[in-house]
Amino acid sequence: MARIIVVTSGKGGVGKTTTSAAIGTGLAQAGKKTVIVDFDIGLRNLDLIMGCERRVVYDFVNVINEEANLNQALIKDKRIENLYILPASQTRDKDALTKEGVEKVLNDLAERFDYIVCDSPAGIEKGAMMALYFADEAIITSNPEVSSVRDSDRIIGMLSSKSRRAEQGLEPIVEHLLITRYSPKRVNTGDMLSVEDINDILAVKLLGVIPESQAVLKASNSGEPVILDSESDAGMAYQDAVDRLLGESREFRFIQEEKKGLLSRIFGG
Amino acid sequence: MSLLDYFRSNKNNTAQLAKERLQIIVAHERGQRAGPDYLPELRNDILQVIRKYVEISPEQVTVQLEQKGSNLSVLELNVMLPEDNK
Ligand SMILES: Nc1ncnc2c1ncn2[C@@H]1O[C@H](COP(=O)(O)OP(=O)(O)OP(=O)(O)O)[C@@H](O)[C@H]1O
Ligand SMILES: [Mg+2]
Repeated sequence: MARIIVVTSGKGGVGKTTTSAAIGTGLAQAGKKTVIVDFDIGLRNLDLIMGCERRVVYDFVNVINEEANLNQALIKDKRIENLYILPASQTRDKDALTKEGVEKVLNDLAERFDYIVCDSPAGIEKGAMMALYFADEAIITSNPEVSSVRDSDRIIGMLSSKSRRAEQGLEPIVEHLLITRYSPKRVNTGDMLSVEDINDILAVKLLGVIPESQAVLKASNSGEPVILDSESDAGMAYQDAVDRLLGESREFRFIQEEKKGLLSRIFGG
Repeated sequence: MSLLDYFRSNKNNTAQLAKERLQIIVAHERGQRAGPDYLPELRNDILQVIRKYVEISPEQVTVQLEQKGSNLSVLELNVMLPEDNK
């Protein structure tokens, strides 16, 4: 049985697409047949982050409308075996995704993939609902910042009341918390919510903590998911998250400020 | 921790403030989600009616629906009036 994982947040710009690309790539590297589906209709961006923007011919909505079949729309990653992308459409039609249409495409994907990673759009409107409705697991992506944490809690509410699993009284969606853009230094100076703070408020099992990192911008500039930059802090943190998702236990790294020299310790920084 | 950090962490710890505010608002919103969809509107209507007579702010009115057994629920309405408006 394929696992459907939604990467969701409520608030925009917190790192969902970065995360979908990294985690999807990591799962494929671990030998799982994986497809990453862009649910951000009208604002397609996963293709750019994955570096396949010039290979998009057909998209998710074309498949729903039967203007193309899955084989025509799926883009096979050139770097990683077992990795495919289903791009979002650029239509402005908000109703392009129907529950029936999405269900049919996900069912077809489930026949050939182990993992279906759904990159949700921001908000709590229809697009975000569609992305989470059929999920088995959710990666709730949150920045250490008040509005992002509050929106995460709203999304948690929706996962447990508005999803297919909730409506049909099935086992609830497995929730994971992923904190991104974390800066241990600012936590130490009292300017940023800590991992413990966020955990106290949301009470969702922690999947990973991704540091604020230069590597993310570099990765998006070059269309390489950041997990492939395996020397970088963010790349390693995403790799740990993938390993945890697959049931391994990994120590949390990059949550303490790096040790500094004596001078800078005395004078702060 | 550096000397500077020591002073900073005591005085301007905005993260602590953020946490406290979040805990309150998240608890409040969870409470609302647990109730029926009409509760926030009902609360607003009640607020408007009271405001015809006394000036009060939204947080002075709380409306809760409590399930007592399978066929009884109790609507609990709490209005705090300001001292000088008696
Ligand atoms: N760990 C990180 N360190 C530094 N920058 C990051 C990090 N994660 C994400 N970003 C940056 O934040 C911005 C938003 O990221 P991304 O597009 O992944 O968010 P999103 O949640 O998908 O946004 P949207 O809601 O618009 O779909 C990008 O510029 C990205 O490079
Ligand atoms: Mg996005």
